[in-house]
Amino acid sequence: MSSNAQSQPATVTFLVVAVLAIWMILAAFPFLWTLWGSFKVEGDFFSKANWANTLTGKLTAVETGGIFTGDGYYGAWIQEEFWRAAWNSTIVCFFVVTISLTLGTLGGYALARSTYRYAFWFLLAALIFRAMPPITLVSGYLPVFFQWNIWGHTATTVIVLVAINQPFTLWMLHSFFKNIPAELDESAMVDGCTRFQAFRNVIIPVMWPGVITTGLFSFLLAYNDFAVTTMLLSKENQTMIPKVASFLGTTQTKGNVMFAVSSVVSVTAPLFLMVLFFQRQIVSGLTAGAVKG
Amino acid sequence: MKHKPFFWFVLPSALAMLLFIFFPIVSVLVQSVHVDHEQVIKTVETCDLFGCKESTAIDQDATAALRAEAPLGQFAGLTTYLDRNHLAVSEVGTTWGSSNSWRDFGAQMLNLPFYKAIGFTLTYTFVVTPLVIILGFVIAVAINAAVQQIRGPLIFFSLLPMMITPLVGALILFWMVDARGIIGATLQYLAGDPDLSIKASTPLTWIMLMVYGVWHAAPFAFIVYYAGLQSVNQDTLEAARVDGANRWLQIRHVIIPHLLPLTTFIALMQLMDNFRVFEPIVSFSAEAHATSLSWAIYNDLGGETRQLSSAAATSVLTIIGVAILLSPVLMRTWREFNRK
Repeated sequence: MSSNAQSQPATVTFLVVAVLAIWMILAAFPFLWTLWGSFKVEGDFFSKANWANTLTGKLTAVETGGIFTGDGYYGAWIQEEFWRAAWNSTIVCFFVVTISLTLGTLGGYALARSTYRYAFWFLLAALIFRAMPPITLVSGYLPVFFQWNIWGHTATTVIVLVAINQPFTLWMLHSFFKNIPAELDESAMVDGCTRFQAFRNVIIPVMWPGVITTGLFSFLLAYNDFAVTTMLLSKENQTMIPKVASFLGTTQTKGNVMFAVSSVVSVTAPLFLMVLFFQRQIVSGLTAGAVKG
Repeated sequence: MKHKPFFWFVLPSALAMLLFIFFPIVSVLVQSVHVDHEQVIKTVETCDLFGCKESTAIDQDATAALRAEAPLGQFAGLTTYLDRNHLAVSEVGTTWGSSNSWRDFGAQMLNLPFYKAIGFTLTYTFVVTPLVIILGFVIAVAINAAVQQIRGPLIFFSLLPMMITPLVGALILFWMVDARGIIGATLQYLAGDPDLSIKASTPLTWIMLMVYGVWHAAPFAFIVYYAGLQSVNQDTLEAARVDGANRWLQIRHVIIPHLLPLTTFIALMQLMDNFRVFEPIVSFSAEAHATSLSWAIYNDLGGETRQLSSAAATSVLTIIGVAILLSPVLMRTWREFNRK
């Protein structure tokens, strides 16, 4: 493609550059702006006088003495105990990812190797489940969870998120296992391994690229979830996203909207790093379903 | 794979889905045809010097006993579905009779909570999906034409709007379009109206939510198209070039047909995802101007009084909507499987 990049007419080059420039601004600018603004006071980030105050930090200098301030972060992380929510998020994500992948690799492997019709029906059912908006399921959980007294616990939410994750995990791992030649485990079974031994000794060592990609998406699903976590977690077990939402209700009136801004930046940072380090896996994961059919 | 090992391999994840996806759907169905017990009223006779008086009071013990005995509540049939907060059959009937134009009828319907929600949900779904496909395609073609060295960073920044938590991404945009934010202030300047507020206007709120939707989902379409562009047959492209096809004709006759199957995939995924639009409405606090089906369920479940039956009925109606949207995918998968 680089050869015809040189041969293309000036108008096409101009068009391409213009589209890319506009898209880059649309995609990246909101994040940079919010990151910059999170180190200002509210009067600057939401400036009645002039939006350019966010850049210069006029009121920030007046109120705190410097152009940058960490007050928003201090207020959110220490005062409003955002660290607790961050810790809860870590726990939830860790367990959701490990449990999802354990169940998903077993199921995905079996679905990829079975030639019977019921495997197809199983995948079709998973596809239907994948389409259910999580919030519709939540209204099914609540009365039962209240009655059994398991509402509000981290463990309950982890299990629910694992289940909601399963259809997607199964589909993805199923298509990855399809790409591992069946001769590999079959020859192991000819040599006397049971199905599980073949899976353990032959498949597990070669499955990691697919598992890591799927794990990234399981992580995203758990990390980004709002509908389930906000409805099923009690206040002290809250994860980061419902915590951010709760800032909106309580602190906007108090004028501490900067707590929300700084916690939004805190939530974005890990995602940013994840895309930075796992870009290749994310792209391959997103296209796995599409390109293969 | 033999039946028995298949069973054991699949069991844990099948159990998880059965317990936490299938049963909740059944539970939602059952709940939606029940309503809470009414409180048991007892008549108490109090006598004093001036004679006896009868008064009514709530019998707390009997109510509690009744609720403990049948926690689902009493069977109500389809009444919850037909009430004002859902299908609002009688209200629709009167509106139909009293309104004299389609416009008027539509405006009246949008005052009913369920129709307001489904009106926005469907508009959002069917406006955002095609725009996502078009924008994603344009970005993919542009990045594919860029020099190899800068494609990595370009893809990195392009992925951000999609990877961001929906609630957080919507908040970031919301703060920028705030009347005191950078975009809001610029719009006020451009419109020459210092009181312009996007939050206060229904059409502007709808547009803003859809702009967010396109911003959030375009990277997905872009990535899929970009991967598709890498596998365009270079020989066909070369042949078209030799035959004198210009750049546009190459795109029109070689690249677009190649990407068509991907478009169906993107469209179906996007229809499913956009139909559940929820977080941006919370972030933008847009409920006065726009609600969605998912938001309606969330609203019923939250707050001090959890209206479980109402939420369940909306959930069932949402599931029916998803099923209708999903039917083409299922038909297609089914046909493909039979062909194999």
